[in-house]
Amino acid sequence: MTMAIQLTDVHFSYPEAPDNFILNINSWSVSAGEHVFIHGPSGGGKSTLLNLLSGMLTATSGKVNVLGERLGTMGARQRDRFRANHIGYIFQQFNLIPYIDAIDNIRLAYQFGNNDRQYSIADEIKSLLSAFHIPEIDWYKPVGQLSFGQQQRIAIARALINKPQVLIADEPTSSLDQNNRDNFMSALMTLVSKHNITLVFVSHDMSLANYFGRIDALSDINAAREEN
Amino acid sequence: MFVRLASKSLINRKGSVLLTIMAMSVSIFVLLGVEHIRSQSKQSFNSTVSGVDLIVGARTGSLNLLLYSVFRLGSPTNNIDWETYQNISDDPKVAWSIPISLGDSHKGFRVMGTTTDYFKYFSYGKKRQLTFSQGKSFENIFDVVLGSQVAKKLGYQLGDKIVLAHGLGQTSFSLHSNSPFEVTGILSATGTPIDQTVRVSLQGLEAVHTHLQKIIQTHGSALTAQPLSELKPKSITAFMLGLTSRMATFGVQRNINNYRKDPLSAILPGVALAELWQMIGLLENTLRLISGLILISALLGLSAMMLASIKEREREIHLLRVIGAPAFFLFLLIQLEALLISFMSMLIGTASLYFSLLIARDLLSSEFGLHIGLNILSYNNILFLLLVVSATIVVSTIPSFTAYKRANKND
Repeated sequence: MTMAIQLTDVHFSYPEAPDNFILNINSWSVSAGEHVFIHGPSGGGKSTLLNLLSGMLTATSGKVNVLGERLGTMGARQRDRFRANHIGYIFQQFNLIPYIDAIDNIRLAYQFGNNDRQYSIADEIKSLLSAFHIPEIDWYKPVGQLSFGQQQRIAIARALINKPQVLIADEPTSSLDQNNRDNFMSALMTLVSKHNITLVFVSHDMSLANYFGRIDALSDINAAREEN
Repeated sequence: MFVRLASKSLINRKGSVLLTIMAMSVSIFVLLGVEHIRSQSKQSFNSTVSGVDLIVGARTGSLNLLLYSVFRLGSPTNNIDWETYQNISDDPKVAWSIPISLGDSHKGFRVMGTTTDYFKYFSYGKKRQLTFSQGKSFENIFDVVLGSQVAKKLGYQLGDKIVLAHGLGQTSFSLHSNSPFEVTGILSATGTPIDQTVRVSLQGLEAVHTHLQKIIQTHGSALTAQPLSELKPKSITAFMLGLTSRMATFGVQRNINNYRKDPLSAILPGVALAELWQMIGLLENTLRLISGLILISALLGLSAMMLASIKEREREIHLLRVIGAPAFFLFLLIQLEALLISFMSMLIGTASLYFSLLIARDLLSSEFGLHIGLNILSYNNILFLLLVVSATIVVSTIPSFTAYKRANKND
């Protein structure tokens, strides 16, 4: 089975405190199409790990391989494009620019990708929004005016518009109520399975673990001391 | 899409953005306004007189003579005897001469007494001759030729009877009410003070002032039909000379300045104008400096507003980075927002200047004799607008670079 993500001997520290390693990962990998649930306390190097996977940060030492590409050897512009095209990202909140509408939010993400500009993306965006049960009257409102549940569903559409092979979700359900959380999870899991997307899902909510085939504790992945 | 993102972001922050646009608009209004009025008044002054070699008046400073004789600003110190005028204009080096007599008004417009030579020889702008849009020059004592603005404002037609007042006020009490002047001609528009002036024959003015009672006694109601030769003027305010050869200018000027019977001054209009510009130059530069400083302060306000917005937009910047925006994109986004503000301000500043001039131009031309055109976008002003654009780019590199740095810092 091919590896979607492979970390080997990865260390990370901020340049301001070079001796204070936030991450120390000996070896960790996720195979293509796998859905991993990572749980752990906040401050355990969680966001740093996700930033390394998305290429927002580069490792101080070691190899970060995503989809067979070594992120550390890419230039900054190359990494930005790689992220736009291959990695979808969903946060706990602020996934969308609040003052533009759903369609423009998704189109914006689309334009940062390596896309054929001739192709009309509008229809695809609209069918995605319908698939996520966003009523048509809400497509043209600034997303800041929509409910939080709707915003998170639009965020999935936004993250998937460039057909990424890897989707990273950083506590995406933490601000949702029970009902919205279930809607969100089922919509998300259906899509990643359908498109065979590798999912890295971070949460402290263990009740979500039953959606996943693999469950990792952050403390098992990261050998750096936790009290940083 | 990027323009849409930038403009929606600005609309989202409309409070601070609107205030910034207002500050910028005011500064652009001042900048363009000062430059426009400066160049237009200069042009208006320069084009008022052309082809005149010498202007002669009672002894006074050259600027004073220029201002009252040509621009109708200020008042003459003394009059010139008709005989003196005759003597000087008989000089063989003098090709033509135009006597002028000032001091009266008609409903706020100045009245100038002159001869028919005025229409023959006087030119304005780039040596353009005066032309009649209607009617013809004077033939009789009480014939009147109107400037185009006078006719338009007062709604006069050929054949209308008008009354002249002594002094310059709009409601002068010493109305020469029993002298029925008749409009015989209306000049084409020139864009100079000529348009604001009522022209009558010297004899007509003379009649109003001194001989009126006598004429009425002798001629009764047949007054209007008096031919010009019937009356001889006694004195005039100033006169303009055209010489047979440019070379003769200084010689003639010296002779006039040394004229025995009357203390006279002869000036070269070009030289006097240059003197005027030299005097006004300092004021102009001060105004330019002030408008430049206002612009700089408005631009710094823009920069400060954008810089503050970046702090509020950290999460937005992070999101854009995560969906694949290069850090340089954020630099460009902030620049674009600043430029949009700048363009809006230029539009508002220029438009409000245009409408202000539209409203104020009548006042400026009737009160100050300044003819301000409405074409604000002169070469200089387009240059200024380009300068505003480049200054915006320079000043907003501070917030743009901050956004760029913020984008590269991912925590």
